Amino acid sequence: MNNFIRKHRFLMLRRVSQLTLLVLYFSANAYGLGILKGTLSSSLLLNTIPLSDPFAVMQMFAAGAVLSMDVLIGALIVLLFYMTIGGRAFCSWVCPINMITDLANWLRRVLYLDKTEKKVWLGRSVRYWMIGLTLILSVITNVAAFEIVSPISMLHRGLVFGMGMGFAAVLSIFLFDLFAVKNGWCGHICPLGGFYSVASKLSIIRVKHNQPNCTLCMKCKDVCPEKQILSIIGKESGDVKSGECTNCGRCIEVCDDDALSIGVRDYINKNG
Amino acid sequence: MNNQKTKKPVITQRRKFLSTMAQSVGLSALGGMVWTGYVEEAKSAPLILRPPGAQPEADFLRMCIKCGQCAIACPFDTLLMAKPGDHKPMGTPYFIPRDVPCYMCTDIPCVPVCPTGALDEESVSSIEEGQKVLDINKSRMGLAVVDEESCIAFWGIQCDACYRACPLLGEAIFLEYKRNDRTGKHAFLIPRVNGDICTGCGLCEHACVTKKAAIFILPREVAQGEVGGHYIKGWDENDEKRLEGVSTDVTTHTKRSDLVPQDYLNSSEVLFDE
Repeated sequence: MNNFIRKHRFLMLRRVSQLTLLVLYFSANAYGLGILKGTLSSSLLLNTIPLSDPFAVMQMFAAGAVLSMDVLIGALIVLLFYMTIGGRAFCSWVCPINMITDLANWLRRVLYLDKTEKKVWLGRSVRYWMIGLTLILSVITNVAAFEIVSPISMLHRGLVFGMGMGFAAVLSIFLFDLFAVKNGWCGHICPLGGFYSVASKLSIIRVKHNQPNCTLCMKCKDVCPEKQILSIIGKESGDVKSGECTNCGRCIEVCDDDALSIGVRDYINKNG
Repeated sequence: MNNQKTKKPVITQRRKFLSTMAQSVGLSALGGMVWTGYVEEAKSAPLILRPPGAQPEADFLRMCIKCGQCAIACPFDTLLMAKPGDHKPMGTPYFIPRDVPCYMCTDIPCVPVCPTGALDEESVSSIEEGQKVLDINKSRMGLAVVDEESCIAFWGIQCDACYRACPLLGEAIFLEYKRNDRTGKHAFLIPRVNGDICTGCGLCEHACVTKKAAIFILPREVAQGEVGGHYIKGWDENDEKRLEGVSTDVTTHTKRSDLVPQDYLNSSEVLFDE
């Protein structure tokens, strides 16, 4: 039992984080609980601190909106937090879609789909093109173009206010990730993930690799949803520098050799 | 027999890059057009009713971040968040007066909580004794419209349910008395709506006793026409003042206007030619 907890400590903490946030948001609407009101697009913490989705605010600027201070302050708070401290932690610690894609990813491993499927190729940089497309479309259509189709919003709002047909979008992402492309949504298409990847280039909390301990078993790359970021495994010690790392901690959990840990980034380059 | 050597095209890095770029741009354009098509259709919901203080629909759609704080703040659960499948712009707040109307809270809890200003506090405030106070009567969520053929008051039944339900009784909805010629000894109590005062709260639609409400709220852009500036009320001195300084030069020039009526009335080609 203890080993199970150790091997899944980050996963369990992440689910606690995601589910606690969901319960708080749900309770605000259903029971009037005043801790966290609203949705992931914009919320009010403890009835005083505004928190907003910075990517949504960017889209609204592109659409030509003149916005109130509350949402701008909220967007700044969230952006600064992920930029400096959390990195792309939104994706694995907050976003509800993560639970869906993690499930699909786990099923892929359990059903050996990687080894038996017909490969559908999709580039990792599609999500950055999606960001550009989102902003251009926001200008053209005069609305926040991604927010009006976002499955993240559909799922989150659906859980708080009522799903409607939103379950179809969630099911689509699940089927896409399960049968079409591995980590298809989070790792290739989602522009919000792309946005946080770009914003997180310099964040403090990083996964650290200890190369001397590494036995090259590559279990970390097997579970990582963004395995291109683990290029230093077995080659050199250091931080996983890519902004695309979601700080999910799966690599740290599966490593039997203590070669991976979570820590504070090394900003000073020690290699002369 | 082909004796000439056929040269295989050299695939350089540059060619690969340009090709991939063209592919990315092309696919983006394709995806972008489909996406735009969907968004344009999804934005359209001409009969939707927004919370009090809402900006005009085009601006509202720009500014609403779909956070749901207005819906959470409403103590009567009037506001609903549009779900996928509701045929309304997804995630935005709206209400259905027949089910749950706006109860016109004097402290308007839904408006100040809006983080973006899509619900504009200024538009539902007024100045009283030098202080800015919230004034729910300034909201313009829609306009009540009476369908005279389904309203039983027009049959002679002295209903007045909508009149009594209206929070601005006598002002937004007032009763017009007309003699009932069929019975000869009763009065019709005809409900009439004053568009300058009606807030569109929908308490009337909610109270209406008919199977499908005979008085209902429509968005103002749908319910109202516009006179335009070219009619002057001759009996109103202020309106007549608008004629002062107006140029009497003729600005319409068509084939017809250059001729005299005696000429163009007898010539069918000019009469019917546009």
